[in-house]
Amino acid sequence: MASGEKMGTVEYIQHHLTNNSICLEDGGCGPMSFWQINLDTVFFSTLLGALIVFVAWRTSRSMVAGTPSGFQNFVESILDFVQGQVKDTFPGHNPIIAPLALTIFLWVWLMNFMDLIPVDLLPYIAHTFLGIEYLKVVPTTDINTPLAMALTVFALIVYYNIKVKGVVGFIKMFLFHPFGKFLVPVNIVMTLIEEIAKPLSLGLRLFGNMFAGELVFLLIALIGGTLAVGAAALFWAPLQVVLDLAWLIFHILVITLQAFIFMVLTIVYLGMAHTEDH
Amino acid sequence: MSITVTLLIQIVAFVLLIWFVNKFLWAPMSVMMEERQKKIADGLSAAEKGKKELELAEQRAKEVLQEAKVQAQEVLSQAEKRGTEIVNEAKEKAVEEVERVKAAATAEIEQEASAAREALRAEIGQLAVNGAAKILAREVDEKAHADIIDALAKEI
Repeated sequence: MASGEKMGTVEYIQHHLTNNSICLEDGGCGPMSFWQINLDTVFFSTLLGALIVFVAWRTSRSMVAGTPSGFQNFVESILDFVQGQVKDTFPGHNPIIAPLALTIFLWVWLMNFMDLIPVDLLPYIAHTFLGIEYLKVVPTTDINTPLAMALTVFALIVYYNIKVKGVVGFIKMFLFHPFGKFLVPVNIVMTLIEEIAKPLSLGLRLFGNMFAGELVFLLIALIGGTLAVGAAALFWAPLQVVLDLAWLIFHILVITLQAFIFMVLTIVYLGMAHTEDH
Repeated sequence: MSITVTLLIQIVAFVLLIWFVNKFLWAPMSVMMEERQKKIADGLSAAEKGKKELELAEQRAKEVLQEAKVQAQEVLSQAEKRGTEIVNEAKEKAVEEVERVKAAATAEIEQEASAAREALRAEIGQLAVNGAAKILAREVDEKAHADIIDALAKEI
């Protein structure tokens, strides 16, 4: 365990779910304070983003148009896949959509992938060799990351709504949708809820899935950690391995699916923003 | 697990990452892929064009061949005709020649016959005179009756 000392199951889980953060507030932060930076979240997400950029830079430098091979094929197939999704679901043409979708897919997938690293490995290494007490390695299990992406997408949705429909059209959308001109107050509430639900569902879906997945990993890890005492370890340790492996394999599907859903919904929402008639 | 200022940092990171991905991955890759697509399309259309051209050339070759065949047939029939003509001409000439030779031969024969007849007549005359002379030598003087003998010889 990361802290190195014996702790109960609740402490173990809570310890794992605590971010390593610094406080920007004078006199220390409370548990719900806004002014703290989750260093681990920022570190891992930036690291993975840098990895994407580095690999992209390396690939585009060595790419050939004629007969691509090896890694270029792999990258091209991802690009093709994303472009196919954009072409299928996005009406018209907007050069920002495809790179945006690609970024979301790659980044979310890589951040989710951190979930597949054994839950205690990185915290243990950080604690033993660097003396870091708290470390939460999966950036998408920190609500800030999914919500940041969802809000960015939301900003784009609003921007393109106004750009395509015009300010008047945007206001009209709130006033006369979905029930026509006789129920204007209801329309405003309904449209408001609909629009706000977009970033919320987008962010919370990813966060919820990844958080729950992480929690299951922690619970499985607890099997060996707390129940295995003496001869019972002969039973519990193999069980933990089997369960962990099963959840791991299932989770490969989950992380890909979540990245895919986030990407597709982004395309769909932005596509809705681009259509003239709501 | 609460919303903190990390949110803002992540927004900035996200926007920057989109920009980077667009610049280093999406833009160069899609440009290249489009280029390749164009190249392949060009190649395919060129192949299509080549195929059409080949078909056209084949058609043309067939036409030329057909024409050549017709021409050859024409030449052949002409040659045949000419051959027949030559043969006929030759035949006619041969017949003419034969006629000519035959006429010449006939004339010669006639001439020779008449010459022979002439010679024969002279000889017979001589013979008759000789005979008569011999006969008459016993009875008549040769010289006295020579004019009668000559007149006789001329009557033969």
